[in-house]
Amino acid sequence: MGLQMPNQSLTNPAAEAADAVSTPAINADEVTRHYTMGGTVVRALDGVSLSVAAQEFVCLLGSSGSGKSTLLNVIAGLDRPTSGRITIFGQELAGLSSEALARHRREVMGIVFQSFNLVPSMSVEENVELPLRFAEVERAERNGRTRQALERVGLTHRLGHRPSELSGGEQQRVAIARALVNRPRLLLADEPTGNLDSRTGEGILDLLQTFNRELGMTIVMVTHERSLAERYADRMLFLADGKLSAG
Amino acid sequence: MKIADAVELAGRNLRESALRNTLTTTGIAVGVASLVAMVSLGAGLQQLANRRLTRSGLFNTIFVFRQQPRERGFGGRRETAGRSESPAEAQTPRRPLDEDGRLELQHVAGVAEVYPDIRFQGEIRAGSKAEITTMGSIPPSARDNDAFETLKGSFFSSPGAAEVLLRREFAESLSDHPESLIGQEVTLRYAEREAIKPGQSAEEYDAGTVGFGFSVVPRERALKVVGIMDQEPFGGLRGNSDALLPTGLAIALHAAQPAGLRELVGGGNGQHEQYASLVVRVANPSAVQQVEDQIKQKGFGAFSLLDATKSLRRFFVILDGFLGIFGSIALAVAALGIVNTLVMSVLERRREIGIMKAIGASDADVRRLFFAEAAAMGLAGGALGLALGWVIGFFLNTGTNIYLRNHQYPTEQIWSVPWWLIGFAIVFSVLVSLASGLYPAGRAARLDPVQALRYD
Repeated sequence: MGLQMPNQSLTNPAAEAADAVSTPAINADEVTRHYTMGGTVVRALDGVSLSVAAQEFVCLLGSSGSGKSTLLNVIAGLDRPTSGRITIFGQELAGLSSEALARHRREVMGIVFQSFNLVPSMSVEENVELPLRFAEVERAERNGRTRQALERVGLTHRLGHRPSELSGGEQQRVAIARALVNRPRLLLADEPTGNLDSRTGEGILDLLQTFNRELGMTIVMVTHERSLAERYADRMLFLADGKLSAG
Repeated sequence: MKIADAVELAGRNLRESALRNTLTTTGIAVGVASLVAMVSLGAGLQQLANRRLTRSGLFNTIFVFRQQPRERGFGGRRETAGRSESPAEAQTPRRPLDEDGRLELQHVAGVAEVYPDIRFQGEIRAGSKAEITTMGSIPPSARDNDAFETLKGSFFSSPGAAEVLLRREFAESLSDHPESLIGQEVTLRYAEREAIKPGQSAEEYDAGTVGFGFSVVPRERALKVVGIMDQEPFGGLRGNSDALLPTGLAIALHAAQPAGLRELVGGGNGQHEQYASLVVRVANPSAVQQVEDQIKQKGFGAFSLLDATKSLRRFFVILDGFLGIFGSIALAVAALGIVNTLVMSVLERRREIGIMKAIGASDADVRRLFFAEAAAMGLAGGALGLALGWVIGFFLNTGTNIYLRNHQYPTEQIWSVPWWLIGFAIVFSVLVSLASGLYPAGRAARLDPVQALRYD
C-alpha cells in the first residue's frame, strides 16, 4: 500500500479490497439512489457495490452525470441511499440518526469540494477551526490543532485573511486543512482540482498523497481527469450511468 | 456545539449584516419600549391612586371607642362601614379608653401610631370678635393628609406648640381678611377638668365621705394662628371642628370632655381621665381589617371604612392588563420582524448551512446557532427598549407636570418603573425573540446539505 499503482485490478475491486487490511474503510453493497425529477425517476446510483481498504487512495472516475458525486455524498452520509448498505469502518450508516451521522462525519471523515466551500465571512483560521467547534473541542486545543493543520498545508502566514483574499490553490489548501483538523481516517474529495490550473492541482494532489502515505489516511477522490488519477491513485473505479464499469 | 461557541458565532453573523440586524433589533426595542412605557404608566397611576387614598387618611385609619353595644348611634355608622359586630366583640368585657389602653393598642402588630382624638368646646377670640366652636386635635403625622395640600401658612412647628389651625369659614367669622390672621395671636377659652383633692386616701373615697368627681374650671390660653385650611382632614369623618390644635397641646390642656361626664354619671369616681376616642393609624391599608379584629378582641369598639384599596387593586390589574396588551402589540409586530430577518438569513446562508453540515454540524447545532442569533437580538432589543421606554415615560411625566403646573395644580408622579419590570422586559423580549426564531431555526436545521451545497 501507499505506492503508486495505477490501473491495478480494475475489474474486481470488491474482491481486491476484501483481501487487504482487516476492516475495509468503505463497504458499499448494492447501493441505489433514485431521484424523482418532474415525474421521471433518475437512477443516479444503480446497484453499486464496492469496497475500499483502509489507507487506500482510490479515484472515482466518470463523466459528468455518471453519479460519482452522488456516490461520494452517500458515502459521506450527506445523502441517504434509496436502497443498499454502506458501511464505514464497520459502522453501518443506515442505522444512524441524523445526529449520529453528523457526529460520524466530524469524527471519521473530512470532505473537500471542488468549489472549496469556505465560509466567506470567516478568516482562514476561523474556517479551519469551525469543525472543532462542532466537535466541542476546548478552545486552547482548538488553536493548537488549527495551527497544526494550516502548517501542514503551508498557510500559517494567511491566518487572518478572508477566503476572497486568497488564490484558488490557497483556498483549496485551507479547505484541506479544515478537512484535516479533526484528524479523520477517511478523506473524501470531490473534484478538488476542478477549479485549479494543472500545476496548482498537482500541488494539491501532492498534499493528499502525503496524507495518504504519512498519516495513513484513506482517500477517495472523485475526478474526471484520468491522467491525474493514474499518477496518484492506488486504484481507479469507473462510474457510468450510476453503475461501476470497467475503464 | 457549545452554547458559548454558538453565541460567539451568532455575534459575528449578526455583525456581518449589521444594518439589517440593527433595524430588526431597533424594531424589538420599540416594541419593548412601548410595553415598558405602558406598564410603567399603569404602575405609576396605581401608585398615585394609592398615595392619594393613603393621604386622605380614610383607609389606613381605625377609629377606636368605648364598646357600647346598647348604643344605637355607633351601630348605624358601623352598618355604613359594612361591618357587623363580631361574636368576640359581644363577649369580651368592655375596656375603658385610657392611657393604658392607648399604650396597649400601640403594640398591636401593624399599628403605626395611636393618638387620642380630643374634642372639646371652646371660644376663640380674635380682637373684638369671639366665636364658640368645637376644637379638634391632630398629630404631626397628619401633615401629609391631602387636606393640607392647599394650606395657607404652615403646619404646627412642634407636637406641643401653642399654635392653632383655623378652617377658612370659621376664620371668616373672626376677620374680614382671614389670611391676615396668620401669625396673629388669638385667645382660647375652654373648660379645664381639674381633679378634686388628689391627695385623698382610698378609705375616704370608699366611705363616700368626701366629694368625688372633678371640677370644671374656665381657663384661657393664648394661641398663635399658623395656618388657614380650606377643608378638614379625614373628610370630616371624625366630626367637624373649626380649629385644630396639635395633639400634644390638646392633651396638656386637660379640657373637660363628654367622655369624662359619661364616666362620672355611669358610676365611676371621675378620678380617672378617659379619652373620647382613639385613632389608630395602620402602616399598610391592607392590614386594617386584621388590626381592627385584634382591637375588638381586646374589648374596644372599633370601626373603619372598607379597604378601598382592594377594589382599586382589582381595577388596576385590569388596567395594567389592557396597557400591557396594547404595549405588546408593538412587540408582536417586532416579532414578525425577527421572523422575517431570520428567514431571509436562512435563505441567504443556505450554502453556509450546507457547508457546516458537511463538516460535521448536526441539525441541533444549526438550530442552536439561529436561536442564539434570535436571542442576541432579543437581548439587545430588550435592553435598548427598556432605556427607550424609560425615556418615553420620563418625558410623559415631565410633560404632564408642566401642564399641571401651568394650570396651578400640584405636580404628581404619574409614572414609575417597578424593579420587576426591568427584568421582565428583557426576559420577555428574549422569549419573544426565541419564539420568533423557532420557525427559521427549524427550517435551517432541516435543510438538505446536498441541495444546500448546490445553491449559489
